[in-house]
Amino acid sequence: MKIDIRYFAGVRETVGFAHESVDLPGGVATVGAVRDFLVARGGAWAKALDTRRALRMAYAQQMADESTPIAEAGEVAFFPPVTGG
Amino acid sequence: MAVRVQTADFDCSAEIAALRLSNPKIGAVVTFLGTVRDMNDGLAVSEMALEHYPGMTEKALADIVAQAKTRWDIIDALVVHRVGPLMPQEQIVLVAVAAAHRGEAFCACEFIIDYLKMEAPFWKKEQTPEGARWVDARVSDDDALQKWKGNQ
Repeated sequence: MKIDIRYFAGVRETVGFAHESVDLPGGVATVGAVRDFLVARGGAWAKALDTRRALRMAYAQQMADESTPIAEAGEVAFFPPVTGG
Repeated sequence: MAVRVQTADFDCSAEIAALRLSNPKIGAVVTFLGTVRDMNDGLAVSEMALEHYPGMTEKALADIVAQAKTRWDIIDALVVHRVGPLMPQEQIVLVAVAAAHRGEAFCACEFIIDYLKMEAPFWKKEQTPEGARWVDARVSDDDALQKWKGNQ
């Protein structure tokens, strides 16, 4: 399954870029599983998406949690807690 | 009901006039205006940059305004939020809510800004004498949201 991944703010800076397309292995079916897949790459992804740090996730441009299901060509985003207003 | 995300500054008087003149049943307009402070968490702030998630931001703001409309008897609402580089004292965000009477407008306006701060995907980065830093989310903002969640 191919999906788009977007990174914002401090997460974007740590990863080093804002967007990538990823071909997921079979069995990766939730937003949390996408995060785990990226963390397993190690390096900047492990640092940026570390589960011990405050991390927010979105799917299809709506706030999501680890159990949110994903679909082909979907858009997953990772970012820190928001600070607008 | 309108939401806008823009780099340009906005004219509060013009925005309020456009909102209130759209409907003669309006008897109250409550506004919140957020501006850039020159100090945060003990450090001087010389500039602030606002990043957002294009597409999701507009959806999140529209959803928050729609929730406010469901909870209170309001006639119209407007959210304008700026992004990009901003200097101290510049305007960041305007929330304006119009209703027949002030009570509903006050509540809906506070609800919209409280939810915006917790759920709309904006991030602030400050320039300080010690370098650039991302602003941390505030626990007090989360407390403000819990107030509304416990008061459905």
